[in-house]
Amino acid sequence: MNYELVNPVPIKHKFFTPGVIALIIIALNGLVFLMGRFFFGLGAVTNLNNQYPWGLWIGVDVAAGVALAAGGFTTAALGHVMHREEYHAIVRPALLTAMLGYTFVAVGVFVDIGRWYLIWHPLIMWNGNSALFEVGICVMIYMTVLYIEFLPIFTERFIGKVNLPGILSRLNKLVDKILRLLDRGLSKTMFIFIIAGVVLSTLHQSSLGTLMIIAGPKMHPLWQTPVLPLLFLLSAVSVGFPMVIFESLIASHSLKLKPEMHILSRLGSMIAPLLGIYLAFKIGDMFIRETFVYLGEFNTASVMFTIEILFGVIIPLRMFLSPKVLKSPPLLFTASALVVIGVLLNRINNFVVAYNPPYSTTSYFPSFGEISVTVGFTAMLVLAYRFIIMNFPVISLPGKQTAQPTKYAIRGVEK
Amino acid sequence: MSGKSRRDFLKKSAIIGAGVTGLSTSTTKAAPKNILSEDRMGVLVDTTVCVGCRNCEWACKDAHNLPAGDLEAYEDRKILEAKRRPDHTTLTVINEYSHGKNSNLPVDLKIQCMHCDHPACVSACIVGAFSKQENGSVIWDTDMCIGCRYCMAACPFQIPAFEYDKALNPLIMKCDFCFDRTKEGKLPACVSICPVEALTYGQRTNLVKIGRDRIKRNSDRYIDHIFGEYEVGGTSWMYLASKDFKELDFPDIGRNPAPGVSESIQHGIFAYFVPPVSLYALLGGIMWISKRRKELEEEGKI
Ligand code: SF4
Ligand code: SF4
Ligand code: SF4
Repeated sequence: MNYELVNPVPIKHKFFTPGVIALIIIALNGLVFLMGRFFFGLGAVTNLNNQYPWGLWIGVDVAAGVALAAGGFTTAALGHVMHREEYHAIVRPALLTAMLGYTFVAVGVFVDIGRWYLIWHPLIMWNGNSALFEVGICVMIYMTVLYIEFLPIFTERFIGKVNLPGILSRLNKLVDKILRLLDRGLSKTMFIFIIAGVVLSTLHQSSLGTLMIIAGPKMHPLWQTPVLPLLFLLSAVSVGFPMVIFESLIASHSLKLKPEMHILSRLGSMIAPLLGIYLAFKIGDMFIRETFVYLGEFNTASVMFTIEILFGVIIPLRMFLSPKVLKSPPLLFTASALVVIGVLLNRINNFVVAYNPPYSTTSYFPSFGEISVTVGFTAMLVLAYRFIIMNFPVISLPGKQTAQPTKYAIRGVEK
Repeated sequence: MSGKSRRDFLKKSAIIGAGVTGLSTSTTKAAPKNILSEDRMGVLVDTTVCVGCRNCEWACKDAHNLPAGDLEAYEDRKILEAKRRPDHTTLTVINEYSHGKNSNLPVDLKIQCMHCDHPACVSACIVGAFSKQENGSVIWDTDMCIGCRYCMAACPFQIPAFEYDKALNPLIMKCDFCFDRTKEGKLPACVSICPVEALTYGQRTNLVKIGRDRIKRNSDRYIDHIFGEYEVGGTSWMYLASKDFKELDFPDIGRNPAPGVSESIQHGIFAYFVPPVSLYALLGGIMWISKRRKELEEEGKI
């Protein structure tokens, strides 16, 4: 087979466009409310109370954030563990999304916890019974692993190009040497981190599902099930590739690049079986626990559940089965976006909609401040992504076939 | 491959796996203490005796350095018209319900932490700040708490409250069974002030006997149910009543300990780290084989 060799380069493009300026305004708006949260407390900015201790920030910034960053470990498993080189071109963008995604998850946790200055406590205070502890520790380690996986992109950018300003320029040679040393060490050990990344992801993606199990009957029976960890893992695995396609198509549109349809279509063809497995477990669970009776009632829970399953799983599943969809960028984009939104909805449903405390006097809806912060974080993430792909070799240009060894392979075996 | 070298290999991959996941096998066992002593104490609340004077609300605040106001002000019964919940300023509240069987008097119900025998809050707390003490109290270490509020999401009785309005040092608050008082041999503040002895403090096993006895001797007064004897695996605070507990807004929660399912899942996933480490080894194997096959393919071509 003749694989197209990957050639990631920093993308040359104007940074500021009207869209980017809009994003900056959204991000600034979020920062204003964030300041409110730190100066006046959670109660001042959020609609959280003793009845609803968790809201939008845990549901979206943390739970959905982790799920939508799953592209990082699914592509790593495909590209590196199964060693399918034809997918290497998408590994870096997916890695970058995961790295930024998890960074914002961590920031989201930091903002949400009441005593943020003690965020390091779980590092030394362990509770092996707590699902949240496990999620916290895994996310922390995985984030470190992601940064390590990203390091070669950093060294690649600067090796041979170290150019420190002014008096520091005397250090150029030394820095270059350190970078080269780092690069060599990383290439030899990278496989350890790649596998660890996949293992850690499997662990915490599923433990996120365990989180709400302890809430027991406080959670609507449509979602409360002992197989939640499995459902969370399966949905994370099936949203990984759609997320990669989703952002790859957005990036190529925004940066006026030709979409890499040959890779994306092939990636798309793997989504249907994954979604199928998820759907089978979700429906199977519903029939075993006979929760379909709740779908007969007309209320927020049943409507949200139906939307989540119909638009987030069934319709895109059908779409991904069609070769026409796989070949057409707009249709492929629509199908992927549906899966992404479906998983986002699922996390919101699990953590917010399904939560129904025994003594609630009001219902919870996120405040304007909470929404501003969440949307602001998303804007910041997009801006950071744009900045990094313009300055670091992340995106591979199709067509240009300069031979370049791929990073992250087991160097010892590769020749 | 000799037995020894295979064992070495397994050992090595286990070390790598455990090292990378950053934890040692002992973590699975690291958990806050949950002592279930035979002698643990409890309180039996007899809602047919309680007159709703709310002196306990005052005493509780007074004992916990919370602004309590004048005891006389608590005589105002208007406040009983609305249902209230304990929060960070009031760790226990009285709610009033319509009368039960064979009586015209309203039912007054004291609400506070139940001090579960298998507390969800202890199991959930991310840093293990919560613990079940030998005397039955479920208390927490404020200095450890990071304010994640998972204990609140977990508690089946919706008890822990949080100081949402504080920007710095917000605390989780709930009834602590007057741990500092009982340590010194004193009664919990609410029990000690109660003018009609609606609250009986004692060994939990005895309280169950007392409860059973009262129900037997006054079967027209009580329904045949001690709430808390078995609910969520048993609680230290238990209730007698003259009407169904559902009508008193007690949650319908069954007899299984609240943390049961999630703990067994957690321990299943992490059973001595075997599952994660095997997954690690499996993926490593797949990676090596895929790589090798690719190489052979290429060599074959040349
Ligand atoms: S009632 Fe809630 S806070 Fe009290 S011990 Fe039980 S789980 Fe913990
Ligand atoms: S809010 Fe505090 S006490 Fe409650 S679970 Fe979180 S760390 Fe533990
Ligand atoms: S036991 Fe102590 S803390 Fe609990 S309600 Fe009674 S007075 Fe308050």
